[in-house]
Amino acid sequence: MIAFENIYKAFGLNHVLRGVNLTVGRGESMVIIGGSGTGKSVLIKTVLGLVEPDNGRILVDGQDVTQVKRDAFLSRFGMLFQGGALFDSMPVWQNVAFRLQRGALKRPLAEAREIAIEKLRRVGLAPEVADRFPAELSGGMQKRVSLARAIAAEPEIIFFDEPTTGLDPIMSGVINELIREIVVEMGVTAMTITHDLSSVDTIADKVAMLHRGTIQWCGSRADLAQSGDPYVEQFVNGRADGPIETLR
Amino acid sequence: MSAQMILIVRALGRLCIDSVSALGRLVLFAMAALSHVFRPPFYRREFFIALLNVGYLSLPVVGLTALFTGAALALQIYSGGSRFNAPEVVPQIVAIGMVRELGPVLVGLMIAARVTSSIAAEMATMKVTEQIDALVTLSTAPMKYLVMPRVLAGLMAGPGLVAVADSIGIFGGFIVATQTLHFNPATYLLNTINFLTSADILSSMAKGMAFGFIATLMGCYYGLNSGRGAQGVGAATKASVQAAAVLILAANFALTAVFFTA
Repeated sequence: MIAFENIYKAFGLNHVLRGVNLTVGRGESMVIIGGSGTGKSVLIKTVLGLVEPDNGRILVDGQDVTQVKRDAFLSRFGMLFQGGALFDSMPVWQNVAFRLQRGALKRPLAEAREIAIEKLRRVGLAPEVADRFPAELSGGMQKRVSLARAIAAEPEIIFFDEPTTGLDPIMSGVINELIREIVVEMGVTAMTITHDLSSVDTIADKVAMLHRGTIQWCGSRADLAQSGDPYVEQFVNGRADGPIETLR
Repeated sequence: MSAQMILIVRALGRLCIDSVSALGRLVLFAMAALSHVFRPPFYRREFFIALLNVGYLSLPVVGLTALFTGAALALQIYSGGSRFNAPEVVPQIVAIGMVRELGPVLVGLMIAARVTSSIAAEMATMKVTEQIDALVTLSTAPMKYLVMPRVLAGLMAGPGLVAVADSIGIFGGFIVATQTLHFNPATYLLNTINFLTSADILSSMAKGMAFGFIATLMGCYYGLNSGRGAQGVGAATKASVQAAAVLILAANFALTAVFFTA
């Protein structure tokens, strides 16, 4: 279980998070929605120590994330970054097997490569892709490789940051389906950041909307359409008019 | 005190605080990088790639620069020495000039241009594309995986490159002196060897080590602290080369004072 307790974060005068309280249950797939620049990515980065909150605390299975042993703690997580964040200096299989080539999870080279190829196959990529470099792949293939890397070490918790950004609608659908399958199959706890409502439909068990640095609404996916919250309704229906201020 | 005076004092104070805190951040970064040299895990593959990039691949530019500098130095010393009837000092001055000053400084500036810029651009791009964040989430410390191998490679490749630059620079002077200034080759070499002391060579190697360290450290520091987007990458690259060049020249003065002021 991941519990965010009163999380605050500001970058200079920009107060991004203003007291976020949210709980993600074990094995649950939580999707965070909200406008651009509302701090969705910052929120998941606070869990991994990539961004340090100014105030509040984050508990993972009851343990404060600032009090844990970093290596062991991080080995429980997988993350798919918005742009893929693949290491362009190494071939695809080494990207996927990165964690399996060093540290506590280190495996013999041949075994690490075998696992990488198996994970690539799991995300729908042929073994021939393993020896190519990220720059030689399309955006959709890069997302799949990034997904394969996120699941390579069998994590308990996976974060997906804008998994469909920059992809065409068909490829977005494919990636959403793949994420859903993997989340169910591995039984992981998942947090997905998105503004893509098709991702919400496919991936979410629960949905939370972040607005002005706080959780505006949180509920099940089924309740989203009838939330009764004007902010959520405006966002879901993509209306320019409503309580959410827009720049025109 | 007038309001204008207060503003000036305030601006000066701000400048001092900013400068000292920037220096403090840099020193802490350098200490953190060096501390990882002695703590496992060690990424040998990354170290050898960095050594290849900093050392071996810098050889052509360092060699060519040193060759032409040594040759030009021989011509200048011959011309200048002739003014007070001492053109025969060419081998000694070329040797001392290359080994004590020009060899190390040329190497420092060449690797600042070639290596510092490439390290800064690579790391800044990695930061902008979230590859640094990805490293952290994959339980790998960027300081250990990216910074330490490059800084160690700079420390080790610097003296080697300086030795090459010194030798090729002296050779450039030798070619010009024997082919166009009609010096006797054997006498030229003998004068060169007899004139150089172990302190000259030691100072040259120490400078090489220091400049290799500065060049790689600046690339890593500015790369990992870059701003966002393409503009951030460009600014980090520019700032890293400027800082490395200035620090190398300042360190050269400090090391020259340490070795030769007694």
